[in-house]
Amino acid sequence: MFAENIVHFSRVLRAAGLTVGPDRVLQAMAAIEAVGLSRREDVHAALSAVMIDRHEQQPIFDAAFASFWRDPKLLEQLMLLALPKVIGRGDLPRPPTAGRLQEALAPPRRAPSEQSPSDELRFDASFTFSERERLQRADFESMTTAEFEAAKKLAAQIPLPIAPVRRRRHEAAPRGRLDLRATLLRMARAPQTLTPAFTRPRIELPPLVVLLDISGSMDRYARVFLHYVHAVGQQHARVHVLTFGTRLTNITRCLRHRDPDVALRLADAQVPDWKGGTRIASCLAEFNRRWARRLLGGNAAVLLLTDGLDRDEGGHLAEAAAHLHRMAHQLVWLNPLLRYDGFEPRAAGVRAMLPHVDRFLPVHNLASLADLGRALSHVR
Amino acid sequence: MPDSVDAVIELLATENYVCDRRLATALFLSLKLERPLFVEGEPGVGKTELGKVLAQALGTALLRVQCYEGLDVAQTAYEWNIARQMIEIRLAEAVHETDRGKLVRSLYSRDMLIERPLLAALTQPRSPVLLIDELDRADEPFDAFLLEVLAENQITVPELGTIRATAPPITLITSNRTREIHDALKRRCLYHWVDFPTLERELEIVRLKAPGAAERLRVQVVEFVQRMRSLDLFKAPGVAETIDWTQALVALNAVRLDPQTVHDTLGVLLKHQDDIVRMQHGDTVKLLEELRARAVLD
Repeated sequence: MFAENIVHFSRVLRAAGLTVGPDRVLQAMAAIEAVGLSRREDVHAALSAVMIDRHEQQPIFDAAFASFWRDPKLLEQLMLLALPKVIGRGDLPRPPTAGRLQEALAPPRRAPSEQSPSDELRFDASFTFSERERLQRADFESMTTAEFEAAKKLAAQIPLPIAPVRRRRHEAAPRGRLDLRATLLRMARAPQTLTPAFTRPRIELPPLVVLLDISGSMDRYARVFLHYVHAVGQQHARVHVLTFGTRLTNITRCLRHRDPDVALRLADAQVPDWKGGTRIASCLAEFNRRWARRLLGGNAAVLLLTDGLDRDEGGHLAEAAAHLHRMAHQLVWLNPLLRYDGFEPRAAGVRAMLPHVDRFLPVHNLASLADLGRALSHVR
Repeated sequence: MPDSVDAVIELLATENYVCDRRLATALFLSLKLERPLFVEGEPGVGKTELGKVLAQALGTALLRVQCYEGLDVAQTAYEWNIARQMIEIRLAEAVHETDRGKLVRSLYSRDMLIERPLLAALTQPRSPVLLIDELDRADEPFDAFLLEVLAENQITVPELGTIRATAPPITLITSNRTREIHDALKRRCLYHWVDFPTLERELEIVRLKAPGAAERLRVQVVEFVQRMRSLDLFKAPGVAETIDWTQALVALNAVRLDPQTVHDTLGVLLKHQDDIVRMQHGDTVKLLEELRARAVLD
């Protein structure tokens, strides 16, 4: 009876978006056996020590525990009612192929994606160079949907926009610092010869944090860029992505999903303020307070993608940008408005942030994304 | 070994560590189920202290790994004694030793190995406390290496084979969350988030750690710091700062809080210039007024 309850409770947590594997259920049973069932708070502490692994999950766990402890049966019924509505990380999204199948079978309103046998989009095989060229120059804002789809695919092939950094960890190399342990191993194998082995500091990509403006004016850019960041995240493990409009949302975990369509759908569900207004200053300040210390370790680079169209009421924007600049190893601002020749930083927001960034680059078409890769590719 | 949650609380109390019931439960489970305990929380809430106190209370050895970037096996687990190996090779040459296998075996025998904390934790006759401090400062490759040690209680030395634990260590991992630790590692641990203590518990801690202060001052200090944490500061003061501040006030012969004293000693509590400036611009006075209104301050 009691074991059944634990299993059931773990199902509730899973539905709420926590990852509770069978190993944790077994551990939970062992934990309950160890502390006994006499005190509610001990059971609560024991289960939470086993079933959660990050602080943010505590409120979800507490709520689930409270209702479960009161009446497991009631919760079961509630769950059945609520299941289709519960949206969380743990939810199984519809298999992506289903969406694609529908797309493939539907009349071609939107561009079908790579699994459909349409010629026009399998550009790897059939795009001519000039078409590619045109795509690279086209502005995201004025593309047809088909082009937009293709652009997303191209975006996934652009090089990484981060400058590598020299680490303190060493790796074997032909020249560098003498590695006594490896040298000795060679000597033991062939005592007559002395062939020294060397190591040198490893050069690798630092963590990357992307701050993505998703307010109304940025909508299309933000979406393409999200695809791009997803592709980057697949090759490079340490990418954190936060979106901001009127509030800050961390969508890193959604983007971990291998399939871009699923990943973006999950991200969509997470972000409440697509195409809304923008409050850059307060979002940056919140990032500095809540996330910066957690994400900017290890010489992280920050990519800030925003048009800077913020009225900067209260004048806190410069302060927040300066703070961010002090904490990030490199702060790169990507601005889609740079496409207009003679763009002048007239908006108060742009003027406030400009003195505090290391680089200010355009990001309105794919060619500029490639430039970005080049601009950042030397070791810092 | 304590056999219940209450026993854990009592055990830590013998070493003057005030431990709330939730933390005690997590710790008890970690001892009982022989799982590492992963303790996360703001700096200065007593995470590292917990490891030290636990070792003292249980009367076992404390082995500590202080993490930083680029940490590798040689600094944390074991190293070969290169100098002795060199001598061994010279000796073999001197006596014209031709049996290569024998030479290699003598070069890579167990007594050529220098133990570092992680390996030492596996070779103690009695379960020691292994404190892996501030794991978030190390880089990901180190997490991967730790996985084997934590999951199997063993370390594999390529030249020698696998060394298994004689008595499994009591492992405590702390992190300040300057990066997210890999899920695979967390899965093998029990997790506990150490929060700032409640007013009563913090007062209890200050009584134990700053016995020289007057009770009135202690109450005022704890009330003030508790209110301070609810302000939106960049880095809220931890318990360690509360204790330091109380001791600083005692050293300055202060018997009660007043704006000037607080102003002069803010650097003990706050470590960010922005926060200090903010407190000096009226927040201090406002908080003291609040305390006075609630009759904490006369």
